[in-house]
Amino acid sequence: MTFIRSAILDELVDRWLSKVAALVALYVTFRGHNAPGGGFAGGLVLGGVFVLQFLTGREPHLRHRPIRRPTMLLGAGLLMALGTTAVPLFVDAAPLESHIWKPDIPVIGEVKVVSSMFFDLGVFMVVVAVVLMMLLSLGARGSSLVGDDGGEVS
Amino acid sequence: MSLSLLILVGVLFSVGTYLLMERSLTRVALGVGVLGNAVNLLIVAAGSRPDEAPIIGRSGELTDPLPQALVLTAIVIGFALLSFVLALAWRNWSITENDEVEDDLEDRIVARRAEKNSKRGDVPHHEDVEQ
Amino acid sequence: MSLPVLGPLIAAAVMLFLRRLSAQRFVSFMTLGVSLVASATTFVNIWDDGVIRVVRMSGWPGSFAITLVADRLAATMVLVATIVVTIVLAYATGQRAPDERSSFYHPVYMVMTAGISQAFLAGDLFNLFVAFEILLMASYVLLTLEGTNEQVRAGTTYVVLNILESMVLLMAIGLVFAATGTVSMAELPARLAELPDGVRMGLQLLLLVAFGIKAAVFPLFFWLPDSYPTAPSSVSAVFAGLLTKVGVYCLIRTQTLLFPGELGNVVIVIGAATMLVGVLGAISHRDMKRILSFQIVSSIGYMLFGLGIGGSAAIAATIFYLIHHIPVKTSLFLVEGIVARDSGSSSPDVVSGMARRSPILAVLFLVPALSLAGLPPFSGFLAKFAIVRAGVVDAQWVGIVVALVVSLLTLVSMVKIWVGVFWGDVEPAAKVSTVGVLRHQRLMGVSTGMIVALSLAIAVAAGPLYEFATLAAEQLLDVAGYVNAVRSA
Repeated sequence: MTFIRSAILDELVDRWLSKVAALVALYVTFRGHNAPGGGFAGGLVLGGVFVLQFLTGREPHLRHRPIRRPTMLLGAGLLMALGTTAVPLFVDAAPLESHIWKPDIPVIGEVKVVSSMFFDLGVFMVVVAVVLMMLLSLGARGSSLVGDDGGEVS
Repeated sequence: MSLSLLILVGVLFSVGTYLLMERSLTRVALGVGVLGNAVNLLIVAAGSRPDEAPIIGRSGELTDPLPQALVLTAIVIGFALLSFVLALAWRNWSITENDEVEDDLEDRIVARRAEKNSKRGDVPHHEDVEQ
Repeated sequence: MSLPVLGPLIAAAVMLFLRRLSAQRFVSFMTLGVSLVASATTFVNIWDDGVIRVVRMSGWPGSFAITLVADRLAATMVLVATIVVTIVLAYATGQRAPDERSSFYHPVYMVMTAGISQAFLAGDLFNLFVAFEILLMASYVLLTLEGTNEQVRAGTTYVVLNILESMVLLMAIGLVFAATGTVSMAELPARLAELPDGVRMGLQLLLLVAFGIKAAVFPLFFWLPDSYPTAPSSVSAVFAGLLTKVGVYCLIRTQTLLFPGELGNVVIVIGAATMLVGVLGAISHRDMKRILSFQIVSSIGYMLFGLGIGGSAAIAATIFYLIHHIPVKTSLFLVEGIVARDSGSSSPDVVSGMARRSPILAVLFLVPALSLAGLPPFSGFLAKFAIVRAGVVDAQWVGIVVALVVSLLTLVSMVKIWVGVFWGDVEPAAKVSTVGVLRHQRLMGVSTGMIVALSLAIAVAAGPLYEFATLAAEQLLDVAGYVNAVRSA
């Protein structure tokens, strides 16, 4: 079942748009601490890629992607975000309080790592998982109700 | 708060409210989206002064970042709400094969009883009693 | 103190990894047990010294941080909510309804529990909004989990109305922020007092409308009797017992902390209208669940009436009514669920003679029913008596007459259920055996019994509880105390 049958679009999306967009998504996620961006925006960008893939008729692709069960991804993302909330409680800090590490990594130099980054990563995973779940439950099942010519199946 | 934003908020509110009152669920979903944007815009417009951004490292004065944070949260919540309404619309369509919200059954029963009880000429104004 | 919020959320995340229902149930009950202990500890501590507990997120100072604030009322509500949620989950497990077997039921139920606790503990308006969204989102899912036609139809009304409520609330919060520059409930009382009268009244009305929709107040109640009856009984029991109470709780906060004593007369009038309209709706319907749903609306009216009168005695009466109403209403819905599961329906057209088949079930219905109608010696009588007494002191004669008439009409609607479902001969067409309504549903019966026992305990311990409600009311009226507690945290 395809919604848009076009070799160029297919090629364009699958060959490089999805890869570039995935990189952009990661970039947006990690710059989120001091600049516009963050987990939600990054997750939406990557989610958008999945939607595009779905629209170009790569729906079976969805089933064979590395993440078989988006529910798991959702759980992992939630756990990560909630973990950043709860862990500070064990070290006598306020919930959600963030900590900044500045480790020296040999080649790159000093890197600033904030614990709230894990929160952002969690949100990122949750958003991607939700988009995938929507595509799976609405898209895949929905498309089976629609005939190949786009008309309704009675 | 600039006038153009204010007018835009007004327009979005009226469009959103109108769509929300439709019977078709797809339009209701669109209405939810539009209304959400209207509220978010209202918060940004009312909560901060124009020409100032809450971003560290920019020249000029910093505005209060709180409205932006509120709106960001509200956008995320709006996203979730919208997707739920869409799922509901889809489910409704796959069951009933149409996009309309039906009347409540018990309400119709009560209305019918009220009509039976009123033996005088004034018929209750429920158009859909006789169905 | 943040455990009743964080715990269920973490449990919900963990449960997404578990495929087996028994494992999910285990995690649910463990989590609820832990929250129960945590909320009971907080409750006992606050009962002891009356000091307001504050938890600040991310270590910012009190009036800037996202805060969780537990005063006497909040701690009590969290405890009662956790108890009710736990017992109803046990009931749902025993019911083995199709929706409880879905792999999403338990995670979503946990999310709703977290949302309810967070709403009671929220220390700023925006946090309150987020809590509302969490519990509403979960309630949307629970309401429509089976996905039948009827559920989708009723769910649509519920979802759209509540989205509208969220939008109004969000708008109110945005405008409050624009006018005062803060959303912290500790900073707001002083800043709101500086505003011009018109602006202040506008903001208050917006908040009242938003919380009023949630609390199902006249004229914004119509979504409630439409949607609650379609959910499975265990779900509508929690909705009936707790969700509207969250709205009432927020109305109490608005009227005591943010706008103390303003627009009291409006609230009284709305309260009286809500009582009357709700009970008239209850009388006009035949279906048991519909009648029970309309009675919720009418009970909300009593609480608003008490809230509108203001002053520590009336607020104490409102709090007492609030606490008494949660187990009473929940248990009525649970009884309905047992009847419906036994006979396939709880409509008086299908069921009759339930009292002959199961006297115990009849008693389980009768106790909360009489309590809700306000007959002595049950908790409902004491709650209504306290509210009416506060009305007498304030000389609200019209309201009192309405309250008493409504009480009588509530009894009439209860009699309607009793005559239809419980009395009479056993329906010969019923395919079920003539014995053992409860025998096959032991867990459901026991959990219903526990809630009924809770409501009886409220009646027995009414003296100390009323004293506690008075203390809670005084703490609510002491705005400066709240402000200082949060600022110095």
